[in-house]
Amino acid sequence: MTIQHYIFLAVALFSIGVIGVLTRRNIIIIFMCIELMLNAVNLLLVAFSKMHSLAATAADAASKAGTEGQIFVFFIMVVAAAEVSVGLAIIVMMYRNTHSVDVNFLNRLKH
Amino acid sequence: MSNLVYLVPLFPLIGFLINGLARNSLSKGMTSVIGSGVILASFVVSILLFLQVKEGNAVTVTLFDFINTGKLSIPFSFQVDQLSSIFLLVITGVGFLIHLYSTAYMHEESNAHFARYFAYLNLFVFSMLLLVMGGNYLIMFIGWEGVGLCSYLLIGYWFKNNDYSNAAKKAFIMNRIGDFGFLLALFWMIQHFGSLTFGEVFARADGMNMNDTVLVGITLLLFLGATGKSAQIPLYTWLPDAMAGPTPVSALIHAATMVTAGIYMIARSNILYTLAPVTQGVVAVIGLATAILAATIALKQNDIKKVLAYSTVSQLGYMFLGLGVGAYTGAVFHVMTHAFFKALLFLGAGSVIHAMHHEQDIRNMGGLKKHLPVTHWTFLIGCIAIAGIPPLSGFFSKDEILAAAFSANVVYWVIGVLGAVMTAFYMFRLYATTFLGKFRGTHEQEHHLHESPAAMTWPLIILAVLSVVAGFVGIPAVLGGSHELQQFLAPVFAGSVKLQEAHHLDHATEYILMGASVGAAALAILYAVSRFSKKPDLEEASGFGKLLQNKWYVDELYDAVIVKPLRGMSAFLNNVVEKLGIDGAVNGVGKLVHYGARQLRLLQSGQVGIYLLMMVIAAFVLFIIQLFVK
Repeated sequence: MTIQHYIFLAVALFSIGVIGVLTRRNIIIIFMCIELMLNAVNLLLVAFSKMHSLAATAADAASKAGTEGQIFVFFIMVVAAAEVSVGLAIIVMMYRNTHSVDVNFLNRLKH
Repeated sequence: MSNLVYLVPLFPLIGFLINGLARNSLSKGMTSVIGSGVILASFVVSILLFLQVKEGNAVTVTLFDFINTGKLSIPFSFQVDQLSSIFLLVITGVGFLIHLYSTAYMHEESNAHFARYFAYLNLFVFSMLLLVMGGNYLIMFIGWEGVGLCSYLLIGYWFKNNDYSNAAKKAFIMNRIGDFGFLLALFWMIQHFGSLTFGEVFARADGMNMNDTVLVGITLLLFLGATGKSAQIPLYTWLPDAMAGPTPVSALIHAATMVTAGIYMIARSNILYTLAPVTQGVVAVIGLATAILAATIALKQNDIKKVLAYSTVSQLGYMFLGLGVGAYTGAVFHVMTHAFFKALLFLGAGSVIHAMHHEQDIRNMGGLKKHLPVTHWTFLIGCIAIAGIPPLSGFFSKDEILAAAFSANVVYWVIGVLGAVMTAFYMFRLYATTFLGKFRGTHEQEHHLHESPAAMTWPLIILAVLSVVAGFVGIPAVLGGSHELQQFLAPVFAGSVKLQEAHHLDHATEYILMGASVGAAALAILYAVSRFSKKPDLEEASGFGKLLQNKWYVDELYDAVIVKPLRGMSAFLNNVVEKLGIDGAVNGVGKLVHYGARQLRLLQSGQVGIYLLMMVIAAFVLFIIQLFVK
């Protein structure tokens, strides 16, 4: 598989995420779409990193180049997990207050 | 002896601190003893110093490093040489007599105000001593500012009177204009000579060309300072108004000492001036113009102190004429004799005012001769001395200046003699109107007329004696003397004398000059006495006299040319620039932010979807932009 395949997949996932965020009103769906965008970027990071690594080891078998991106992704996933817990907590609080998960009910924040 | 030098200014400072801090608990007797005693102590030390200097021991004493930064080093040092020792004697000597006189003159004041008066007076003497003892221009400047402050405080001593406070402010502000010039000159000296110490500055200036731009600039700026402090055109109008202060203050500050600070400063810097003949010309012309202008004004004044004030301005003009034509010794000589006879005249006027219960208008006096015998005789001596009749002191000093003026330019001499004749005339107009003829005051005043107490008459007598004999220290060669003062001061002016082309008048010319000026003055005296003793001019002046009485309308001119436009400009700046411009800009920024916020607030709809859409659009736009912008 060439790098293009990964790029197309990542762009498709990201676009789905963006459209989902823009069009849906259910905050849980929006939240999932945000995660989708995040993971599209993660995927791209891993893909580029792997390609980089393959090219480097082909030139020099001992090279460790290209491994950083893959490790980096683990960090992103850990941080994303923490972020998800905060986001879910907000959603729970929102449901308790509005008895709804519809973001349009949140417009009362302006007053 | 150098360890005594610091004592001279220290005594008055102590007096100031005691009288100033303990003014609420000191009795008048204590205040008098402390206030006068410290000056007497300074006087004694000054005599010791003078005797040392006379033996040729001029000293410079450095007390501590005052300013030491980079290459510039200004020590806090005192210089006692021939010139400053003469001034020390005059300041502390005349100062002590006036302190003594004040103890009686100011007796009506309450204890605290009495002590406040003596505190100011002590502080003044302290500042004046700093001025003349300073070993560099900066110490001189500190004293210069100090005497200005004390002058302000003492003119406005009766501060409850609004006119008096205004006179004090006027004096202070006009002095500030001059001080500004002085300060600029100091900066220029630091920049050019890298020092403010007299010896170093003069040594470095000595090799410069005649009329070097820097020298002319510095000397002109210094002279601007002198015009403020010594009341010369164009800054002279504060001095007559300064008569609002108590009369002994007028005698000490506005006649004998402070106003001669400018002459001291120029005499001290004589090398710089000799090297800048352009400035010398300006000094001579300004001095002469002031002498003649003030003399004309004095002809028609009816306030006893105002006549003396204009006479002071006029005499200061003569001193500047002397400096301008290079007769430095003559100018210092005139400072000395003038200090004696003008202090005498002012104190005599104070005695008259005291006896007349604060009446100052000479039209309401007359015939005081028999009521105030001591005051009368001493005042008469003062008048003869200032009129320049030999052998009183004024003759010798004035003649020396006029002779030098004649050598420089005959026109100077002619105008100078004209001024001297006017001096004789207005002084004897004052004398005749006050002391001769019939008493014109109220019966009550006549009933209370009395000679002043001994504390006031003794200073008068001593000053009268000095006014008579002071001239003998400077008898010129033409009259068979050896001019001891000139020999004494020679080291100070040696550099200038070397540069000046020597011009000696032959004796015949000098006799003619003396005869002409003395004869004209004598005629003026006879005319004034015969005219005003019988029939003083009590009517309001008209025509040209009115112009003179109103002081050539110079105050009104300044008001119209400087004060009014300044007020107008201030009003414009306040109403237009400040209120419309600056306030408008400040308020405008506030309003703009307020308006913008009101409009931008509409974007905050609260719809999460719209926020997200905006965010995506913005991210997309940034993405596009970064494609094109590298």
